[in-house]
This record gives sequence, C-alpha cells and structure tokens, in this order.
Amino acid sequence: MTDIKKDFPIFGNNKGVVYLDSAATAQKPKSVIDAVAKYYYEENANPLRGLYDLSVKATESYENAREAVRKFIGAKSTKEIVFTRNATESLNLAANSYGRENICGCSEILVAISEHHSDLLPYQNLAAQTGAKLRFLECDEFGEYTAEALQKALTPHTAIFAIAQVSNIFGRVNPIKEFAGICHKNGTIIICDGAQSVPHVPVDVVDLDVDFFAFSGHKLYAPMGIGVLYGKRELLEKMPPFLYGGEMIEYVTRESATFAELPHKFEAGTVNAGGAVGLHAAIDYIDSIGFETIIKREEALTELAFTEMQNIPYINIIGSKNAHEHNGIITFTIDGVHPHDIAAVFDADSVAIRAGHHCAQPLHQYLGVQSTARMSIGLYNDEKDIERFIETLKTVRRRMGYER
Amino acid sequence: MSDNMYNEILLDHNLHPLHRCGLDCATCSAAGLNPSCGDQLTLHLSIEDGVIKDGSFTGIGCAVSQASTDIMLELIIGKTAEQAQRLKTLFSKMISGEITDEELDELEEAGALQNISKMPARVKCATLGWNTLEKLLKENS
Ligand SMILES: Cc1ncc(COP(=O)(O)O)c(C=O)c1O
Repeated sequence: MTDIKKDFPIFGNNKGVVYLDSAATAQKPKSVIDAVAKYYYEENANPLRGLYDLSVKATESYENAREAVRKFIGAKSTKEIVFTRNATESLNLAANSYGRENICGCSEILVAISEHHSDLLPYQNLAAQTGAKLRFLECDEFGEYTAEALQKALTPHTAIFAIAQVSNIFGRVNPIKEFAGICHKNGTIIICDGAQSVPHVPVDVVDLDVDFFAFSGHKLYAPMGIGVLYGKRELLEKMPPFLYGGEMIEYVTRESATFAELPHKFEAGTVNAGGAVGLHAAIDYIDSIGFETIIKREEALTELAFTEMQNIPYINIIGSKNAHEHNGIITFTIDGVHPHDIAAVFDADSVAIRAGHHCAQPLHQYLGVQSTARMSIGLYNDEKDIERFIETLKTVRRRMGYER
Repeated sequence: MSDNMYNEILLDHNLHPLHRCGLDCATCSAAGLNPSCGDQLTLHLSIEDGVIKDGSFTGIGCAVSQASTDIMLELIIGKTAEQAQRLKTLFSKMISGEITDEELDELEEAGALQNISKMPARVKCATLGWNTLEKLLKENS
C-alpha cells in the first residue's frame, strides 16, 4: 500500500515535493490521465449528437460514467445525476433553478456559517433577486453544528438549508442525515455540498436523504472541469433548465421549446465527455483501493500530524480537538506569523500547503481570525510527508525572526 | 527561493516596525486592500506644503506587506510628494525586474524586497503599501 504514490506521475516528475493541498485539488493517478487520453485517442465524437459509430461510442463512455457516479453516491437513477463543470456550478444550478420556482419574498434561506463561498454566494444572489431573507446557522468553536441549533433556526418560512457534509476548514463530518430529517419535517429542502466529503468518506445520498448533493471531480482525483449535481428526481423534474441551448431540448419552434428529459435538461451545450470518462476512472481507482483503506491511512496520518501540532504551544488548530474529526484537513495559525508567510516558508522546503481565507471569509470573521494556513491530506500521502511537514513547521517561527 | 526572500531587513521591519501606529497629526489617510488574501492596511500621512512631514500605517498583513510599508515610510518621510512618487515608480520597476543598479541604490532598504519579483503570488503584498501611497498622493495633490 505504500506504493500508492507510484500511481501518481506528478510525484515522479516533481521529486522531493510534498503535496499537502489536496483539499484545493487532488493529484491524478495515471489511470485517470490514461483514460482521458484513451477517450480522445480512440472514442472522441460529440456524444448525443451523431448517428454514427464513433458518436455512439462517445455517448456510451459518457453515460457509463454517469452510471459509475450513480453507483458511487448511491443514487436511485442516472436521471438524478447531472454533469456540470464543478461543485460551484452544481450549487448555482440548484440554487437558481430550484430557487426560481420555489423562493419568494417571504422565504428564508438558511446557510451554515462555515460554507465555502460557492455554497453561499448563489443564495446571497437568490435572496437579493427574490427579496428572500438569508440567515445563518452558527457552529461552536470546534466547528460542531447541533440538531437543537438547527431546530431553533428553522422557521415555517425556511425553504432551503445549505450545508457542507465536510467543511473545507474544519474537516469535520456534519450529521447530514439527522439534519435532513429535521429539515424535511419542517418542509425545508437540504442542499449538501459534498466537495470535501466524497474524497474521504463513502456517501449514500439515499441514506442521507439529501435533496441535492454537489461535488467536483478534481478534488476526487479526476480531471478539472467535471462536476456533479445529484438531485432528487421529483425535484429535478419540476425545475426549469439552468442554461439554455443545444442538447437540452426536445423540440424547438421559433418562439418556444420543450426540453429534453432528465438529466439532459440540465446539460446544455456540448458536454465534457473526456472529463466524465476521467471521473469514471477516478471512481474505479478509489474503488480499487477502497474507502476502508483510504480512511485508515488518512486517519493515521491526520493523527500523526495532529498530535505533533498539539504539542507545539504557539500553534492553534481550528476546529475539533479530536484528530478523528478532521478527515485529513488541518487548518491552523502560528502565533505572530501571517499565514502567507507560513506557506512561503513551507514552499522554501518544497512542502505545498495553502494559506488565506480558503473561500470562507464569513467563517473567518465569525471565528475572529483574519486568515489561516491549511494542510490537507490525500490518499497518496505517507508518513514521510507528515514528517517533512512537522520538520518545517517547527522552524517557521525561527525563520521569521523569533527566538523560538 | 522564498527563504532568501525573508532576509534580515525584512524580518526586522516586520517584527519591530518603526511606523506601525496611529498618527494624530495626519492630514490624509487611505486604505489599501489585497483582495486575494483579505489583508488590509491604512496609510496615514501628514503633508505640509507638498512635503511628507510624517507617516504611519495600521492594519493586518503578512511580513512582506508590513515590512515593505514600514521601509517605504522610512524612505519617504521628509521627502516631497514628487520625490515619493518617483520612489514608487522605482519600486514598481524593481518588482518588474527592470531597475538599474543606480536606481536600486536610491531605494535603499526597499531593495531588500527585490527577490519578490520572482514570487508572483507575493508581488501584491510587497506593493500594497506603495500602491496605497500612490492613491493617497493622487487624491491629495
Ligand atoms: C467545501 C467546498 N465547496 C465548494 C468548493 C468549490 O469547488 P470548485 O471550485 O471545484 O467548484 C470547494 C473547493 O474549493 C470546497 O472546498
């Protein structure tokens, strides 16, 4: 199992680099890169458009990818799987299309305070356009959201509750299934941002009972430019298209059009078939390793880093004090050192970590920190990577001119 | 590469800034924002008869933006607005890698930030104070 790194050509081509920014984007295994190349070498045509052999092949590859995604997240039907560019587009689709029909001036939209800007701005915009009220569900300092708080925040007017299954800052898994139950009793739909959860934990959208679930391929070891929106069929059926154009129609006259069946209604224009094929290969790759192994590896590494970090007095970890509640994402600050400088010192040692507000400015404001540094683990990381991380971490303050 | 970016001059101005404080006698102030990281600083100047009599800055930022602004103030206090503007132009030239050795001498300690030109992600940090200065001078001339 220690050979997982060998599956990722980027590490062979960047010797000595420690990559701890997988929450931003994951590296791609050779099998994914090869699958995309094979699609373009051997099968490329415009899927759904042509009536010839190659186009049929391309269509098959694209639709097989949809089936792989369906299985991966446990959806009932491929009609519920819409391909998009990324989680951001998926969330915009859900907010806009569902919102257009179901939100009015007296509605409320509840958003978790830790949401990524991609799971906040679509609702800010929706609220501004409809006059709906935007409200926030707050967590405690450890990043925990409670059922009681949710219960209290919901009102008879709450139409949408938006929350990530795993926050990109806290790394903590939120109790989505419980929250979905509470929302549904209130007549509220739940939109779940799965961008940071799918790489780390198995997901079953039917069991979670979420109404919408969004994620990006690129954080899941697939290429950039392919994403997924899952939506419950009965909701998607009633929703208007998001984008208009080719491929998403049934019949068009000069003045009007009827729209194609699900999921094509939401896939206007030429699709990213190569990306979908890459996503299929990424899912196959994850399956070949298995979540049991992935979780075991990532938990062990998270714990290793976490324990070392906790022993350093000037380091402050954001969120839970329990390593098991971080899922490979550790966001932190160092007393007296700006996060950008932290990242720069790491970069000098060829260790890639991220610094800034991580597209979650309202959360940083809520926590009272200007910005943070974040290390995040992927399935290819190993003990050596964590040791290098800790080694550098211990030198940061000294290299920034402090005595220790 | 980024390690020699944090040279002693830069570290010293970051840890022990000379001009990081309020300025009661300020005749003008301007805020500068680095949208990519959310860092913000406010520059305060006291300008009399076209001469920068005193100056200071407040706000949060990384070592690069803090030190760069502190060094800038050290350099421009006592100078005329035109001289300060000329230094800003030289600083920009240095960051884009087009400065001559003589010009670099004029920048004195600000020359310690020359390596930033090789770190595109940090250019905004190094120029935050200088850009705010330029804005302030334009607004108050
Ligand atoms: C929790 C979360 N949601 C949404 C996104 C947006 O993903 P993308 O930029 O791929 O659309 C990210 C990625 O940064 C994320 O971490």
